[in-house]
Amino acid sequence: MTMANVPKDLKYTREHEWAKLEADRVRIGITAYAQEQLGDVVFVELPKVGARVTASKGFGVVESVKAVSDLFAPVTGEVVEVNGELTQTPETVNQDPYGKGWMIVVKPSNKAEWDQLLTAQQYEDFLAQGDH
Amino acid sequence: MASRYIANTAAEQKQMLGVIGAGSVEELLVTIPAKARLARPLGLAPALAESDLIRHMRSLADENADADGHVCFMGAGAYDHYVPSPINHMILRGEFFTAYTPYQPEASQGTLRTIYEYQTMIAELTGMDVANASLYDGASSLAEAALMAHAATDRREVVLSRGVHPLSRRVTATYCEGPGIKLRDAGAPDGATDLAAAKKLVGPRTAALVIQTPNFYGCLEDVAAAAEIAHAAGALLIVVADPVNLGVLEAPGKLGADIVVGEGQGLGVPMSFGGPNLGVFAATKALVRRMPGRLVGATVDTDGRRGFVLTLQTREQHIRRAKATSNICTNVALCALMATIYLATLGRRGLVRVGELSAAKAHYAAERLAKVPGVALRFGAPFFKEFTLKLPKPPERLVARLAKQGFLAGVPLKTFDRGLADCLLVAVTEKRTKAEIDAFAAAFEKAVA
Repeated sequence: MTMANVPKDLKYTREHEWAKLEADRVRIGITAYAQEQLGDVVFVELPKVGARVTASKGFGVVESVKAVSDLFAPVTGEVVEVNGELTQTPETVNQDPYGKGWMIVVKPSNKAEWDQLLTAQQYEDFLAQGDH
Repeated sequence: MASRYIANTAAEQKQMLGVIGAGSVEELLVTIPAKARLARPLGLAPALAESDLIRHMRSLADENADADGHVCFMGAGAYDHYVPSPINHMILRGEFFTAYTPYQPEASQGTLRTIYEYQTMIAELTGMDVANASLYDGASSLAEAALMAHAATDRREVVLSRGVHPLSRRVTATYCEGPGIKLRDAGAPDGATDLAAAKKLVGPRTAALVIQTPNFYGCLEDVAAAAEIAHAAGALLIVVADPVNLGVLEAPGKLGADIVVGEGQGLGVPMSFGGPNLGVFAATKALVRRMPGRLVGATVDTDGRRGFVLTLQTREQHIRRAKATSNICTNVALCALMATIYLATLGRRGLVRVGELSAAKAHYAAERLAKVPGVALRFGAPFFKEFTLKLPKPPERLVARLAKQGFLAGVPLKTFDRGLADCLLVAVTEKRTKAEIDAFAAAFEKAVA
């Protein structure tokens, strides 16, 4: 397996979402590894601004030509931004998973959850185990 | 005991019992309480020779009052439209004669193609972007549409016109109980839905407004006005329509419908005492990923040849499990095929003619019947091929009497709406001749007097 791109400044979940701290908000997407495994993404279903998401619970759905997968929230909080571009151009998730392929921004309500997330090193180790 | 209907042998049964650790078949049944079990053989008559059996079944069938032996003015959801002879000829072909979508779908290109053509025809007739491969019947289509509106809008109320078929409303209520969708009734005091009253029920909690046109009482609804009410509140408009009428009536999609459902039996499917029927389901492209049921798409293979596939299966329960858009992964393929052959046989002009003749004959019949002393049209709203009459006598008695004279006079409304206990719903299709209508009107007048 070629090692997937895992940026050092992000945190991760075992379900292959990334989370980026931006002041008091958290930007969320899926990892390069996740989009590779999924193949061509054809549809992304995201919550509306104002919706509540809960850590480890589903917040949306990503559909590829191969499969449909639930998206899991890394943290609990209120959705303050949604990437509406993905409705028209879901392939952005494949092209730029850590950039333009972001999915939602959440205002977290429980700071402690941030520390529970995997570091880049932990996520890389998790991927290296190969059992996921 | 040897059975001609169980294929495995005594030795095989013994082997299977051995595998699961049971001593006998009887041992598997001990949990059924003894008093619930029949302690004697079934009281069946001895087996008949085939010719005797056919004679016996035919004599039982002859006790039915059917539309072949009677002049039919019954409707209320099932209509005596003409079924052209090519339909029966074609569906009996071995390649088609299964009611199921195949489990290895792409191996059955012919079946997929007929479904694709069916979907295309339904989408064109209803004026929608996309139609599915069909659902069980009009009632289950409506119920699925309500669930879909709930999922698409994340709202928990559906406003249903009382002009929607009462049985469809009951099926919808059953489907909506589990997910906790609240149904609210909008009245139709003069036949058509009171849209001013409906508007007051439609609000920020409303997932969809549902109207049927022509509705259960035969009356035409103002679809465009209903669409405006629904959309102003951010709700979807679900229109229940009979596709056989859409050669003449405007496509609901052109009037603002987001979902169009209906009973497609009129499209060449025999009435068959109430089923199997054809659940028509069509929607806008924006809603395609929320659609229940199977969907056939056209594509090209690696050599560039046109082919057909089951598409967007990721919505379905064999992939999405509990999160599927619906628990329906099947369709009524044979009835959908009948509709496809029907529409192909009639063509555009034929379908327009069916609608024109049905409406013209219904209006002629209504005029004749409403002239009978004591009889009147119950509602003032315009109607299409079906209308509600108010009678001076209990409709049930009139129906029983006219059946003896060879007429299926209509459907008494008491069982559907106690407030209409003196009303009879009368439907007229293109099959009725002027002579039949005149004879019916004469018999009707005598029976009422």
